[in-house]
Amino acid sequence: MSDHTTTEAEETEEELAVEAALESRHGHPSDSVYVLIAVGLAALTAIEVGLYYLKASTATAMTLLALMALKFAIVVGFFMHLRFDSPVLRRVFVGGLTLAVTIYIIILLMFGILHF
Amino acid sequence: MSEIAAHPPAHHADARHQTSTGISNEKLAMWAFLGSECLLFGALISTYILYRHKAVSGPTPHSLYDIPFTSVSSFVLLMSSLSMALAVAAIQRGDERRLRVWLSTTALLGSIFIGGQIYEFTSFIRRGMTIRTNVTSGAFFVLTGFHGVHVTLGIIMLLSLVNLSIRGRIPQAKAEVIEIAGLYWHFVDIVWIIIFTVVYLIP
Amino acid sequence: MAVVTEPAARSPLLPQRFMKRPQSTAGVTGWLTTIDHKRIGILYGVTAFIFFLVGGSEALLIRLQLATPNGKILTAQVYNQVFTMHGTTMVFLVIMPMSAAFFNYLVPLQIGARDVAFPRLNAFSYWMFLLGGLFLYSSVLLGGMPNGGWFGYAPNTSITYSPGHNIDFWVFGLLILGIGSTASAANLVVTTINMRAPGMRLLRMPIFTWMSLVANFLLLFAMPVITIALFLLMFDRQWGTHFFDPLAGGDPVLWQQLFWIFGHPEVYILVLPAMGIVSEIMPVFARKPLFGYPVMVFSGIAIGFMGWGVWVHHMFAVGLGPVATSAFSVSTMLIAVPTGVKIFNWLGTLWGGSLRFRTPMLFAIGFIVMFTIGGLSGVTHALVPADRQQTDTYYIVAHFHYVLFGGSILGLFGGIYYWYPKVFGRKLDETLGKWHFWVTLIGFNVTFGPFHILGLQGMPRRIYTYASNMGWNLWNMVSTIGSFTIALGTLIFMYNVWKTHREGVPAVDDPWDARTLEWITPNPTPDYNYIEVPVVHHQDDFWHMKYSEDESGRLVKVADSAQFIQRRAGPDDHVHMPSPSFWPLFAAFGAPIIAYGQIYHFYFISAFGALVLLGGLFAWGLEPSTAPPDPDDEPHRELAPAPAAGELAGVGASGGGDPALPGGDSYLPAGTEDLDD
Repeated sequence: MSDHTTTEAEETEEELAVEAALESRHGHPSDSVYVLIAVGLAALTAIEVGLYYLKASTATAMTLLALMALKFAIVVGFFMHLRFDSPVLRRVFVGGLTLAVTIYIIILLMFGILHF
Repeated sequence: MSEIAAHPPAHHADARHQTSTGISNEKLAMWAFLGSECLLFGALISTYILYRHKAVSGPTPHSLYDIPFTSVSSFVLLMSSLSMALAVAAIQRGDERRLRVWLSTTALLGSIFIGGQIYEFTSFIRRGMTIRTNVTSGAFFVLTGFHGVHVTLGIIMLLSLVNLSIRGRIPQAKAEVIEIAGLYWHFVDIVWIIIFTVVYLIP
Repeated sequence: MAVVTEPAARSPLLPQRFMKRPQSTAGVTGWLTTIDHKRIGILYGVTAFIFFLVGGSEALLIRLQLATPNGKILTAQVYNQVFTMHGTTMVFLVIMPMSAAFFNYLVPLQIGARDVAFPRLNAFSYWMFLLGGLFLYSSVLLGGMPNGGWFGYAPNTSITYSPGHNIDFWVFGLLILGIGSTASAANLVVTTINMRAPGMRLLRMPIFTWMSLVANFLLLFAMPVITIALFLLMFDRQWGTHFFDPLAGGDPVLWQQLFWIFGHPEVYILVLPAMGIVSEIMPVFARKPLFGYPVMVFSGIAIGFMGWGVWVHHMFAVGLGPVATSAFSVSTMLIAVPTGVKIFNWLGTLWGGSLRFRTPMLFAIGFIVMFTIGGLSGVTHALVPADRQQTDTYYIVAHFHYVLFGGSILGLFGGIYYWYPKVFGRKLDETLGKWHFWVTLIGFNVTFGPFHILGLQGMPRRIYTYASNMGWNLWNMVSTIGSFTIALGTLIFMYNVWKTHREGVPAVDDPWDARTLEWITPNPTPDYNYIEVPVVHHQDDFWHMKYSEDESGRLVKVADSAQFIQRRAGPDDHVHMPSPSFWPLFAAFGAPIIAYGQIYHFYFISAFGALVLLGGLFAWGLEPSTAPPDPDDEPHRELAPAPAAGELAGVGASGGGDPALPGGDSYLPAGTEDLDD
């Protein structure tokens, strides 16, 4: 067993203190912020559904995609905390995402599905 | 006695500091995994987009959609992301009881979503559209099916975490486990955000 | 010396004495439950070599059949299986796992870590590889081996044109292998980014670790694409979907697109590790630093990025139209640039160096020459009109064998000779090594050189025989003679290994006067790697410990290696290492069981397999206990006195590293300071 020079209780106190220090440094949002974000997302979803009932056009399709991207960014940035986390995580995830979007757009172009 | 491991068994706070980047291995691994999942779901979504109008026969998904129903489903899943975020916040504050409440809520909402999927799929099948009816239906079922499996695995994971919490195995010091589970859950939600728009809503 | 036998950690789900976590690393059980990256590396290497012999035998069968026109050795049906399995084996069961052997053994050592980030996941990846390979080959007893080519083009692989189970084995086999590879890739990416020793900044990492990082990122992102392609094919075959059926609106070209989006990064996955190995060997045997280390790093990264933008060059004859075809033609030509840069940097490393032509160096130089030839033929393929003639002929076969055999395989052999003393404690025989090299090099060129000619003479790929008046007789016969020469070279290598283990003299600790960190551990490497985690001050830090330069820039020896070689653990040392575990092996068994159930439509077998897999993963996730110090589950390994050379100690093992996380065995480099790096 490793030499514990402190008792269990003291250690836990220590840990919690370190933890608290780290948390305050990271500044996690309070519950109400999350609820607010969720309300915003719900509103965006409502708009999207509303657009569905409008006449189909390129404009509605583009708007739907833009709203989708916005919701995506909000969940990734705030719920998944990527906006406040280390850039390493951001690069790894956004790297994969960018790669995926680029490659698959190129494929769809080659199949003549997307036109520019 | 010389200690090669100079530190006592590390706790999660220390863990963050002892890695080269300050991020825990588990968190980095989850983000790396999610990056690779973008390639996975991207292939399925592209296949759907490719085959959207290529059906030769049989009912296509668009003709069978019940958008109000699916909108409610999507809303449910979106709210499950909220409850998941609240679960993470709770355990970060040390509130183990709230953690269990919010985790269970997330699992419940996820199950409602899956229930909705099952209902939707069975109604499509009853109305003559199965996975093999045409290329569009095939792409639809494979895409939403893969997503559904991911959600289901997520629910199982959430319920296990509730179980572990009940047994006192998830104290505040281990909040990161919940955070990482949350990353997975939110990802599953954002894939649905894409599917809902691209597959259901885009004309 | 106190040998404390702590109670072993028990899986909390199961009754007391049942399923005790193994403590010992001895014997066969020790190997089956190992989570030590070095043992896993050895397992990968040995298994990959065995598959190399299998794939090589398949090659010899192909060459026997094609030695003469109207060959009668193999029927067309059997020939299709043999060439398919030759390709599938060499790509997925030889080069990838052999590279994994090096990643696994070396990366933690090169960055100053004690193991990878997730040791049990590492073991799981190996077992998925072994079981996936065995599953693939079980097809020979179950109706026939896969026969649709290693690239499985639809609709040839559809149920209509491939009604047997052959392709099903291919699909499920690759899915199993793919899961193992993806997991391993994530593991190594996290390890490399997150577990470097203090002072080991990214641009101080050994070049092999860099190439490994790029290759593993490629794997991480490329495997999902082929996974989906395989699932789509599987659904077409098993469930009657129409993804690749043109009559139903499907498109066979979708298969090709998805396959090659994976397939092109895959070839860089196959070659980057060997490039890393060569980049390690050359400076040591030239006694000069790698020329342009940062450029080598960035060209490796560039190859990784650009490798995603060239895949359509495998499809120039598909009819995608002039825009797509020309765009990818340009991108393919461009990717020759970072590759060419590497060639020049290797030449720059040799230039003015004090060259020692030991076996590893011979293989490294062989790599450069052969890979350059292969690269040049590759550039000719980039030109679309030329490729229209070359594609599907033996000219292409020549290209990829020059880069994959002349490149990757030679590089990997170089690595085997170079690191042998580190892994096994003794050097392979130098004379036999040189014979191995020259016989192989000559045999290789005699086998594959003529393919350029045959290709330009119009000999198509994948034909099981040819008429005697095509003008192809001579070079086919020459090639076959070459192939048996390669076989002879391989036998020489095997004899070398056998002889070395029977009679070889234990090597000194720094036998090559090397440059990188892994050489400061004693040979063979102790299971905890570093007794004290090194603090790194330079790239090629070990070299800087031994040598400096005088005013005229000449090398001056300042210290002997022996001063820096770390001691082995003594009786008073306590090392916390993760325990062995059988859950990775157990869980891995679930995968082929699921696959067999699916192929034969015995769904209860699949369900059972799923239970094995999920149950195994659960049990794994929950071991060891995460409760605060509990006498039952916080075991701790005391090291036995220094083991005999070549043997690994088998005393009570310690519990999982990080009890902070349920079952977390991602442990931390002990002894590291809290550096604000």
